[in-house]
Amino acid sequence: MTNTTNKFKLSRRKLLTGAAAASAGAAVFSGGTPYSFVKGAYAADFRNDPSSQSFIKLGFNVPQTGPYADEGADELRAYQLAVKHLNGEGDGGMLTTMKPSSLKGNGILGKKVEYVTGDTQTKSDAARASAKRMIEKEGVTMFSGGSSSGVAIATQSLAQEMGVIFMCGLTHSNDTTGKDKRRYGFRHFFNAYQSGAALGPVLKEEMGTDRRAYHLTADYTWGWTQEESIKNTTEGLGWETVNTVKTPVGAGDFSQYITPVLNSGADVLILNHYGKDMINSLTQAVQFGLRDKQVNGKNFEIIVPLFSRLMAQGAGENIKGILGTTNWNWALQDAGSQAFVKSFGQEYGFPPSQAAHTCYVQTLLYANACEMAGTFYPPEVIKALEGFEFDGMGNGPTEYRAADHQCFKDVLVVRGNANPSTQFDLLEIVKEVPRAQVEYDPAIFGGDLGPYEV
Amino acid sequence: MDAFVLQVLNGLDKGGSYALIALGLTLIFGTLGVVNFAHGALFMLGAFCAVTLKKILTISKQVKDESITFFDAFKEVPYLELWFGETGTAIIDYAVPLSILLAIPVMLLIGLAMERGLIRFFYKRTHAEQILVTFGLAIVLQEIVKAFFGANPVPMPPPELLTGSADIGAAIGLGDSVIYPWWRLTYLLFAGIIIAAVFSFLQFTTFGMVVRAGMQDRETVGLLGINIERRFTIVFGIAAVVSGLAGVMYTPIVPPDYHLGMDFLVLSFVVVVVGGMGSLGGAVTAGFLLGILQSFASMNEVKEILPGIDQIIIFLVAVVILLVRPRGLMGRKGVMES
Repeated sequence: MTNTTNKFKLSRRKLLTGAAAASAGAAVFSGGTPYSFVKGAYAADFRNDPSSQSFIKLGFNVPQTGPYADEGADELRAYQLAVKHLNGEGDGGMLTTMKPSSLKGNGILGKKVEYVTGDTQTKSDAARASAKRMIEKEGVTMFSGGSSSGVAIATQSLAQEMGVIFMCGLTHSNDTTGKDKRRYGFRHFFNAYQSGAALGPVLKEEMGTDRRAYHLTADYTWGWTQEESIKNTTEGLGWETVNTVKTPVGAGDFSQYITPVLNSGADVLILNHYGKDMINSLTQAVQFGLRDKQVNGKNFEIIVPLFSRLMAQGAGENIKGILGTTNWNWALQDAGSQAFVKSFGQEYGFPPSQAAHTCYVQTLLYANACEMAGTFYPPEVIKALEGFEFDGMGNGPTEYRAADHQCFKDVLVVRGNANPSTQFDLLEIVKEVPRAQVEYDPAIFGGDLGPYEV
Repeated sequence: MDAFVLQVLNGLDKGGSYALIALGLTLIFGTLGVVNFAHGALFMLGAFCAVTLKKILTISKQVKDESITFFDAFKEVPYLELWFGETGTAIIDYAVPLSILLAIPVMLLIGLAMERGLIRFFYKRTHAEQILVTFGLAIVLQEIVKAFFGANPVPMPPPELLTGSADIGAAIGLGDSVIYPWWRLTYLLFAGIIIAAVFSFLQFTTFGMVVRAGMQDRETVGLLGINIERRFTIVFGIAAVVSGLAGVMYTPIVPPDYHLGMDFLVLSFVVVVVGGMGSLGGAVTAGFLLGILQSFASMNEVKEILPGIDQIIIFLVAVVILLVRPRGLMGRKGVMES
């Protein structure tokens, strides 16, 4: 008798449990509750949600082979360092200088950061296959990397299709955040337009307004947009463009493209090459005596619009005195750069490259955005990144522009150092061009970011 | 005129490298009848003989770099420089030409080992099987090199004396735009010497005469009591040396990486096919011909009329030659026609 009565009796515990369940259900289905108040409420809604795990897995897809393998190796070192710092190990690097920062050094949203790596081979199809494996088999929540714009565009398009955020590595084509921009892709690195805008005044000051330029251009998206941007800049200065010649990526021997320069009447050679191609073309151009030539009564000059210290290392003596631009240099004196260089140097015994810097910063920015959003749910993380303004990451005050996911910050004009004081002091900073000088209207490159929800 | 001379020089220079690789390839095919897809790997191994010698010569002592203050950095000072000063620096500077001395015995051994250890088991198999096994071998060899030397290209500058360019225009009464790098001229000269040496060896020595006879009629030479197989094995070794030396001297032109052989493989087969399978003279002629054509196809005046022609000219020529002369420029009747 007593037992039968007790069966239908509503205890206080049951009442509270039922009420909690009912309100949680109402919150999920009504859609009216602000997302940020319900951590992990998207558990069933997005791919590779790490909510049920004690860790979050990130994918680092870098060129481990191919013409940009040097950059890829350095990118990987930077990612490993970023993971270490995010997990509260080491000296913290830029976690100590980034402002504003929600990072606590306890992983991301309390989950330990783990990672997997892949080889893009600097080929779009291989990069996509590697990224797909990371997403489908390894379950990464975000992936990052790459040293080629062709790869970046291909993989950020995959990111959009699969609803997984891609934080670009080194990609300099205008198209990445222009006509091919994607909601799920973000670029911290500068672009070809910004290189042109930064270089222009320096070229005018050093080489004047009466020059004849000859372009050798890597035949893919990055080369095309860099050629276009630099050509617009130099023609704006009054220079004449003698010729623009496309060269296949990985050509190896560029002699057949360099010999026509010799009697073209040009007095400036602009090498729109990067990585191994740039090392080869510059080395061979110097071997052909271009730097010792006098044309039109002027010293023949070579310009490499996109420079990196790793390329300078590979090109050796040939880089000395040559002008270009770079996203970042280890010799910068701001607190963020110094903290990063110190961490990286202690870990690996040499300073980081610009590729390493951008990849390290991208990883921290993603982690910080998750902390700000209070969730790993991609649309919310994207919203946290869009328009985010920060400092202390090595390039002065920076903004992730919401309209195209392009970072806007100061750009460096550099020159191959003729008298390096250390073995790493290969590039001399000629000018730190302020952000205002390299800003542009996002509409000029077109494109559509696409939807938040996929 | 200046542009014409420059492109001829450029073509000869390119042709020199094509001819050297194709010469070794066709030597193997002509004697052993083997389609050797590992031949590009031999070129690459030669290049890495130079890299290896450079690494040996620059074994270094780590010295703390005092100019870096905020982390411990070390610079490497080669023992040769520490022990012998400027003489040590000069020896390191000449690493590439000195590598020839290392590459000759190493490549000969590799060639002999390849032939005795693997290739000879495939003499009587089909060409398709030969292609598969040698291509597999090429992949194995390049992966071994990658494991030891990494994936990145290794800079190998020429000796200081041969950096810079020769003012050929001034020497032959043309404009000052006709200049050409000293090292590339050296490579061209080197290619000429090697080609002449191989032809002289085959033409003017008893060994060469027997090999040539064996190439014409293997069975009859065997019936005369000559061990033609042993001679062909040595020829395989010589072909490996020729390719290896071509690789050694190519390193200052393009810094070598593990993939270097594959970059040249298809090209060298096109050269051999255009020249005529098994014809040594054909391989050399086709090498220079295709080099010069490729060079002229890269001229802006040509590309304005035929955009992209520089990328396809070699293959276009191969198609035309095979249509007009199916045996190639100097191909013999009966080779690969069974």
